[in-house]
Amino acid sequence: MAVTEQEILAGLGKIINEITGIPAPEVTPEKNFVDDLDIDSLSMVEIAVAAQDEFGVEIPDDQLKHLKTVKDVVNFIQN
Amino acid sequence: MSRDRVRVVVTGLGVTTPLGGDVASTWSALLAGQSGIHTLTEDWIDLLPVKFGARAAVDPTTVLPRPESRRLDRAEQFALIAAREAWRDAGTPKVAPDRLGVVVGSGIGGITTILAAYDVFKEKGWQRLSPFTVPMLMPNGSAGWIGIELGATAGVHATVSACATGAESIGYAMEMIRSGRADVVVAGGTEAAIHPLNIGSFAAMRAMSTRNDEPERASRPWDKDRDGFVLGEGAGIVVLESEEHARARGARVYAEASGVGYSGDAHHIAQPEPTGAGLRSAARRVLEDSGLTGQDIWHVNAHATSTPAGDVLEAVAIHEIIGDHPLVTSTKSMTGHLLGGAGGIESVFTIKALYDRIVPATVNLDNLDDGVEVDIVRGEPRKLPGGQIAAINNSFGFGGHNVAVAFASI
Repeated sequence: MAVTEQEILAGLGKIINEITGIPAPEVTPEKNFVDDLDIDSLSMVEIAVAAQDEFGVEIPDDQLKHLKTVKDVVNFIQN
Repeated sequence: MSRDRVRVVVTGLGVTTPLGGDVASTWSALLAGQSGIHTLTEDWIDLLPVKFGARAAVDPTTVLPRPESRRLDRAEQFALIAAREAWRDAGTPKVAPDRLGVVVGSGIGGITTILAAYDVFKEKGWQRLSPFTVPMLMPNGSAGWIGIELGATAGVHATVSACATGAESIGYAMEMIRSGRADVVVAGGTEAAIHPLNIGSFAAMRAMSTRNDEPERASRPWDKDRDGFVLGEGAGIVVLESEEHARARGARVYAEASGVGYSGDAHHIAQPEPTGAGLRSAARRVLEDSGLTGQDIWHVNAHATSTPAGDVLEAVAIHEIIGDHPLVTSTKSMTGHLLGGAGGIESVFTIKALYDRIVPATVNLDNLDDGVEVDIVRGEPRKLPGGQIAAINNSFGFGGHNVAVAFASI
């Protein structure tokens, strides 16, 4: 059974909170990781690895650099 | 003591040590003669001949937010905690970024990160290494993080000279201010090296005490029955400032940071030079640099680590260059030896002694070794006189690094 967008969002919120301290409710789809959430590239690597563990979807490095917003990651995991 | 150059003063102090998570708790424990040295309970302890150490009294991960602590090596955690206390204590100075510097070093750097990361690498592959592994293991990481937090752009440095690191950092910071590169510099040392590999390696040198049945009695500088040092962890940081800058903002001034003396033994990578020539040179040079005479020095916080070789040599050098009048103590008898953190915390203790006019006693000194003719504070803390007085913190490191820093009452 595929995970819903809401489930992915909740999971990402938890991961991002754990790694960066940003409150999970602030992790909303339109947020840009760099401009809105102030997340650096090193933390993005940690987030990607944790998301792979959580959702079982590998995010290759050449894809990761294109995932600019929370919504981008949600879509990538869903598809 | 006046010289035609920028005077440097101390306006902030911060520590986290085996005796307490801040300056106030550590200082009161030192004056009470408490020991921060205890039996270690980790499962690896059975592999080692040394079964005790001086863990930090306050776990840094209980102080820092989790997202912050997970990207910092333990030595960096200690350094940031001590730096924040020192900065607050200095009244969070308003200073232009390009007039603010940082000099904070570590003797070993992020050794527990290195070893844990290598386990991850072997077991799970490179993909599972934290992307923060490199900034956690590099010995300049603490300086970098403090510089980022405070916005220090005058220069961020990390001296590395084993157990002289903290004192050397403070000396370098004084020179940054004197030379006009900065008005305010945050300086000191940090270490987090309690790990079986380190204990095993120091034990392989036969440098550590093995008094396993009495850990609190194991660090006993100048005692006839001393058998080595005790490994501790933590950090000590000071805020140094040009006197002009400190006065202009009405800062509380603890002391003048009067000068620094360095020397190199150029003799052996880990053993003290047997005549004490390097120790005497550092003592002479700190007096010269400070414009002080031996008579001005009323207190020495000695390096004295409780190893058979070093303690007496240092006492002899103090006696010869400074005299038999200063109150000498080794706070390592209570904190253990913080390696790169030692010169940081012990400079803070030297400054506190001057400011509060009291010197903590050296504990466990039951039978004074032969050849020690200086006035070592034993049993109870002793008061320093009023008036204009000065004090020295000695720190010596493997590699033959000898550093003495001098502070004077204001």
